[in-house]
Amino acid sequence: MNDKQSVSTTINGHVYTADCEPRLTLADFIRHQCGLTGTHLGCEHGVCGACTIMVDGRTARACLMLAVQADGCTITTVEGMADGDRLTPLQEAFWNNHGLQCGFCTPGMLMCATELLESNPDPTATEVRERLSGNLCRCTGYDSIVTSVLDAAEKQRS
Amino acid sequence: MKPAAVGYARAGDVQEAVALLSQHGTDAKVLAGGQSLVPLMSFRLARPSVLVDLNRVGSLDYVRDEGTSLLVGAMARQRDVETSPLVAEAAPLLAEALRHVGHVTNRNRGTVGGSLAHADPAAELPTLVTGLGGELLVEGPAGPRSIAAENFFVGPFTTAMEYNEVLTAVRLPRLPAGTGVAVEQLARRHGDLAMVGVVAAVHLGPDGSVDLVRLAASGVGPVPVRLHAAEAVLVGAPPTDEAIDDAAATVAAAVRPPDDIHAPGSYRRDMAGLLLKRAVKTAIQRSEASA
Repeated sequence: MNDKQSVSTTINGHVYTADCEPRLTLADFIRHQCGLTGTHLGCEHGVCGACTIMVDGRTARACLMLAVQADGCTITTVEGMADGDRLTPLQEAFWNNHGLQCGFCTPGMLMCATELLESNPDPTATEVRERLSGNLCRCTGYDSIVTSVLDAAEKQRS
Repeated sequence: MKPAAVGYARAGDVQEAVALLSQHGTDAKVLAGGQSLVPLMSFRLARPSVLVDLNRVGSLDYVRDEGTSLLVGAMARQRDVETSPLVAEAAPLLAEALRHVGHVTNRNRGTVGGSLAHADPAAELPTLVTGLGGELLVEGPAGPRSIAAENFFVGPFTTAMEYNEVLTAVRLPRLPAGTGVAVEQLARRHGDLAMVGVVAAVHLGPDGSVDLVRLAASGVGPVPVRLHAAEAVLVGAPPTDEAIDDAAATVAAAVRPPDDIHAPGSYRRDMAGLLLKRAVKTAIQRSEASA
């Protein structure tokens, strides 16, 4: 039962299939088996939020899921956000408002902010801060991140 | 920060989960939302031999109106329950408590049953179920049985369930319309487990006095504590500051929190009294606002 199990998931529209040990986290599967290193791993125990991805349309921490659990799931990582060279309005807003410095936390921030704006297109700064409170920025660039999300919300509404 | 080698079996239904747990013995562990278990495995504080994954047991993912009570399936995702109109109406304290459980991303995967079975004495859901006098439905090889909340939590991270029993649902009594609810916590950061927490539900009768009150505290001992003495002071009394102070004064005798790395026991005890005052006042205000 500790044997490898076949895992097949759709990530950013592509099907990835690999045999995985049950202990392999989904984050490591995405980075090492699929080569999608845009999903960053900070704390590896569900505190920093850097590895946040979309699983079946909702945010999930990839370090808190096992790869075997993702069999049959549809996943979006940061690589799947932009349409080729065309950034999403949220990504564009991060660029325009210095929403990233080192960029380590950015994939997780983008995922959580995307989910927020889907359900709440006009959030207050407090709501943005509360929603992103589970994502740590080691550059402490929170102010610019909040500004970016509010800017994206405004542009998406107009 | 990588889990140790572990086996994995995906249960298709509750009976299969029970059979897998029976087969693999006491070192097997049920995997629900994984928001507590997986980090424990990454720290190697937990090293189960086999994970029995309930995530494909769709029959445990529901919220059901039973008239005088609300039944929540063990695999209902916390975020779904938090945003459910039925829960908002029948068990508003559950929705309020869930907003304090981790972050939205955790609640997307985290389950109501997983948090209860994990039985962290600092966590919101065990405290809520204790406070409301809920009932835990479990299923094992001998069939289903139900366990009252006060008998379910027996110690830190320990429940009255046998190793081969699965928590299938929690039943919460429906609170009367107009009940005010509140959750007050002392936490270092938003989304952290609270050092101390109090949940409160208060209903005011036609004459304006308290005719229903439910109070429980987290982080004050090995299991969540229902604050019976404080409830007894408040019920039948007008909702005055004096009555609330008298209720809070009973907390010191009702809880005996240990000292630990986060806070001395005396501080937790004092904070439990203070949080009770805040929670009851907020619950009363909300009850009056809805009247």
